[in-house]
Amino acid sequence: MKEYARFLWRCFRISFVGDWRYYTWMLVLTVIAFLGLNAYCKQLVHGLVTTGMTDQVSWGLYIANFTFLVGMAAAAVMLVIPVYIYRRRELHHLVIFGELLAVASIIMCLLFVNVDLGRPDRFMHIFWRFNFPISMLTWDVVALGGYLLLNIHICGYLIYCDYMRRKPSPAFYIPFVFVAIAWAISIHTVTAFLYVGLGGRPFWNSAIIAPRFLASAFAAGPAFIILTLQVIRKTTRYHVPNEALDLLRHVVTVALTINMFLLGCELFTEFYSDSTHIVSTRYLYFGLHDHHAAVDYHALVPWVWTAVAFNTVALLVLFSPLRRRLAAFNVACVLMIVGIWIEKGMGLIIPAFVPSPLGEIVEYAPTVNETLVCLGIWAFGLLIYTIFVRISVPVLSGRLTVDREYVPAATEEMTASALH
Amino acid sequence: MTTESGGASPSVTRRSFLRGTLGAASGLAAFAAALSPLKDLDTEDYTLEKFLQKHYKEMTPAEMDEVLARIRSEVEQRHGLRPDIRDVKPKDGVEFVYALHLGRCIGCRKCVHACVEENNQSRSPEIQYIRVLEMPRGSVDIERGNHHYDRPTVPDEDHYYMPIQCHQCANPPCVKVCPVEATWQEPDGITVIDYDWCIGCRYCEAACPYWARRFNFTEPKYARDREGNVIMNPNMSYLSNRPRKQGVMEKCHFCLHRTREGRMPACLEVCPVGARKFGNILDPESEVSQILRTKHVFVLKQEVGTLPRFFYYFDEDYPRSEKISEILPSSEPGGAR
Repeated sequence: MKEYARFLWRCFRISFVGDWRYYTWMLVLTVIAFLGLNAYCKQLVHGLVTTGMTDQVSWGLYIANFTFLVGMAAAAVMLVIPVYIYRRRELHHLVIFGELLAVASIIMCLLFVNVDLGRPDRFMHIFWRFNFPISMLTWDVVALGGYLLLNIHICGYLIYCDYMRRKPSPAFYIPFVFVAIAWAISIHTVTAFLYVGLGGRPFWNSAIIAPRFLASAFAAGPAFIILTLQVIRKTTRYHVPNEALDLLRHVVTVALTINMFLLGCELFTEFYSDSTHIVSTRYLYFGLHDHHAAVDYHALVPWVWTAVAFNTVALLVLFSPLRRRLAAFNVACVLMIVGIWIEKGMGLIIPAFVPSPLGEIVEYAPTVNETLVCLGIWAFGLLIYTIFVRISVPVLSGRLTVDREYVPAATEEMTASALH
Repeated sequence: MTTESGGASPSVTRRSFLRGTLGAASGLAAFAAALSPLKDLDTEDYTLEKFLQKHYKEMTPAEMDEVLARIRSEVEQRHGLRPDIRDVKPKDGVEFVYALHLGRCIGCRKCVHACVEENNQSRSPEIQYIRVLEMPRGSVDIERGNHHYDRPTVPDEDHYYMPIQCHQCANPPCVKVCPVEATWQEPDGITVIDYDWCIGCRYCEAACPYWARRFNFTEPKYARDREGNVIMNPNMSYLSNRPRKQGVMEKCHFCLHRTREGRMPACLEVCPVGARKFGNILDPESEVSQILRTKHVFVLKQEVGTLPRFFYYFDEDYPRSEKISEILPSSEPGGAR
């Protein structure tokens, strides 16, 4: 126990040590997080009127980001599956970076849900009268909470074992790994069911949403991990093998292909049938014309076509010889992360509210305050993910262990570069 | 923060110590600055007493009395009038149903205004439970309705009018989705909200196919007379028209503080053409029972399976048009969207 406290203390300390790039990065994130906190305090005082949401479009950027981040969290399994099911043991350590991303993403998810509440002070009501299993939102609370605990346990245990220089006992984590795989699929499915289960919203009321959620998540999540691994490789001496990037490239290629295929299925069903139910889809892709007021509405059109273009370009890169060039591949990763963020956010949440169930067209645009809150949460999430990685890299590479007081990374790296 | 890491390290220097202290201090200052908007928070809204208040269904009569007394004094303090606030319970053997005669409605929106006054809705931002659509003849597709028709006189000959409010569904999707059971269906069929339990997630608003729910995006502001006094209906009940707070949902509750005591809803009383009918469906002699038995009634969006308790009917005087071609969709000025 005392040893564990010392481990936590050392983790805490190491998170304040780094070179100038680390400090700059952390300072920038902290400043943005504080700006977000400030914006949120304003929202607490004045209410959600500080956002662009209305009774017509009652969910906006918060729920959009939440949906995207659930996907990021679920994507951790795309590293876990090859390692544990196909026994690619050499990539064992990399799983931890994926699961740490899951932990950070879930924390961001919880923050996004919380800032969306009109009465966050009553959050505890969910524990006193839990409408389970009727409300899908309670399922989501269970799914996200469970997934958070599972991942904290798995990576916490593995990192601590490495720190103690002892072999992790399989009984303590292998069963949890397999539960986590199933759980990861469930968090995104349950999140899709939040929307899919609403009969009054034809745009969401479609069975394809859950599979599409998973496909797009398994593209965007691993793409983010690919970028993270390269940052780790660049800034630390931690060895990230090329096979890891190759493996993840296969994952994102397959996932993005499936996602684009499902998108095609969806668009065909909607536009070929051409019933009045497609009015939200039409709004999303082409905009709507209000005959009574003689006004055109097309706020989402540029967004969704950007997403389509980004994802298509990413897919083309992945299928061309360019994919072997790291720079082009990285561009593809960034494009698909942004593309899928738009698709899951502006492209999935907002159009379901336009037009309203009574056919009224009210458009949504996020306010500055709302955007600041979102940026703040993202900055906070990246901040904790950076700290997680900052702690785990020296532990996993054996530079911080129970019997080795670590040498500040900055000093060590300076010496290392001096030697070159 | 950094201080401690420097202090524990063997290579502590005055410089690193100073740097750490400075870092920690500026961090704390920035944190305090970030939190500064909270000084304007309405602290009366966040008392321990309110924090510990139980769910409506769990309160004993004594606890309810205490809460009602607190609300009474709060309304008095904030709005300067003494309300008659009760917890009006449903009656046995009663299930309320609404029927609306579309052939009679002239689209004057008097019901909308009566509702706002009766139920103490916010005037800024405006909250209204009833939305009247101006519909092209020959269509019941509400997506063709005009929400913002603005005519010097109503009704317009080429249109009919369709008021829409909460349908008090027998299978309400809004109740199903609420994560905290802050909204439920009462034995007399009215779906109510405990404004003191709602967490403001707006999932019910997303679930409702009739757009019947409204959210308090900010602290509601009430009507005032010339002297600046708040104009408010003092006849209140816990589950209906007592003042709401920022951050919670509200909706039509069939004026339960009136109807459970044998009166008619405000929207019905004000209707100049008698298009609105309300009553107990379990009583075979009631007007609504007769309407449902004898008229060609229909419900909105039957396909979503919500089983509304709000019925529409045209009666025999529809279509008013002489020529059938006038009600064909092709002759419609707007055309399909």
